[in-house]
Amino acid sequence: MPATFNRPTRPLRNELAHLRSGALAIALLLAGGLTAPALAKADHSIAGKFAYCQDCHGPNGQGFRGYYPIPRLGGQQVQYIKNQLEAFLEHRRKNAIMLNVAHGLDRGMMNALAEKFHRLDPRPIGGAPRRLIARGKEIFQAGIPQANVAACAACHGPGATGKNEIPRLAGQLYEYVVAKLVNWNKERGQIPSRPDTSLIMEPVAHSLTRAEAQAVAAYVSTLR
Amino acid sequence: MREHLRIYRYAAAALLLLGATLATSAGAEDLAIRNCTWCHGTSAQGYTPAPRLAGQRAAYIEGQLYKFRAQDRNAPIDKQYMWAAAENLSDQRIHALAAYFAGLTPRAAEDGDSAIVTRGKEIYQNGLPSENIVACVACHGPDAQGVGRIPRLAGLDYDYLKRRLEQWSEGYSVSGALPMPHIAGQLSPDKIKALASYLSFVRYARAAK
Repeated sequence: MPATFNRPTRPLRNELAHLRSGALAIALLLAGGLTAPALAKADHSIAGKFAYCQDCHGPNGQGFRGYYPIPRLGGQQVQYIKNQLEAFLEHRRKNAIMLNVAHGLDRGMMNALAEKFHRLDPRPIGGAPRRLIARGKEIFQAGIPQANVAACAACHGPGATGKNEIPRLAGQLYEYVVAKLVNWNKERGQIPSRPDTSLIMEPVAHSLTRAEAQAVAAYVSTLR
Repeated sequence: MREHLRIYRYAAAALLLLGATLATSAGAEDLAIRNCTWCHGTSAQGYTPAPRLAGQRAAYIEGQLYKFRAQDRNAPIDKQYMWAAAENLSDQRIHALAAYFAGLTPRAAEDGDSAIVTRGKEIYQNGLPSENIVACVACHGPDAQGVGRIPRLAGLDYDYLKRRLEQWSEGYSVSGALPMPHIAGQLSPDKIKALASYLSFVRYARAAK
């Protein structure tokens, strides 16, 4: 009995609940009215940020040929996307545009956006030189043993879909893959005291000639 | 004598035909060009409200003429002037016009508000991540020179740049124009003015590609 002594009767409790929700509604209205002009119209929801990513990476994350090749993110591995965003932030991967972009994202948002892109499966946008594809397929599947180039398929998977921190290459833009492979050590792993997974690719990228990089890029760009 | 006259007549007719043929093949320099330059300026440097065509990307001019012909680019001023202008252009004529105007050297309009150029440059080069505004440089290039079907923005006149950015938010010309309608929709009026001012001052830089 003492435990319930102070409890209001049911009707009174309902009254209080109404009062409380009414006060909350008024408080929210006030807060909304006061902060709305300051917030402008930037949409900070996941959908709003995702639309911002889509502006450059394409509505289906298929990538885009801008002045710079903008990579496909559709179907990309979640862990890889998150790792790269962190690498931009920490200046381990050099890219002025993506450094700014990453500054505007908290960890939760990075995760949500990576998940959304991972679930997309756009058609590759194509456009690679077709005559290079056959040679690229050979290199991708068998490597170039005499030049110390491992088979790409060994890590990226036979269908180039990647796994966890290993990126998907299937359907990636031809120009983007070429640019990454020929600039590997100028762009990635820029803080030697803080080595990251980009170290794994460094010797392979170094051993590939430009023509070989182009062949591999042409091949993976056609994969679905 | 009569024979001679007939020969002269044939010769004259042949000359006329030859002249007509030359006029058609030289049309890119003559008739059609003049139809464009009435509005776009005698050296195609733009003449408000018609934008500069000189030095614009050939593939972009070509794509826009197709859009005018198909009535996909549909702001009031487009309907008023460009629909009729493009209506009877053949594909070959469109190709020739685009190549001609792309080959002319542009001059920057430099008619924006110089007080807000720094602000415009900041938005162009870096975007505003906190407001979901992407960096224009990613597609239009470090000197706003454009590439392929992506237009050169450098040195276009202030009013044209401003109106184009506004028109997408007003719902015009959105067909096949992704991602610009969405991007322009994120820009407040003061940011549009800053960008248009900055771009009007960017000088011509011949792109490497």
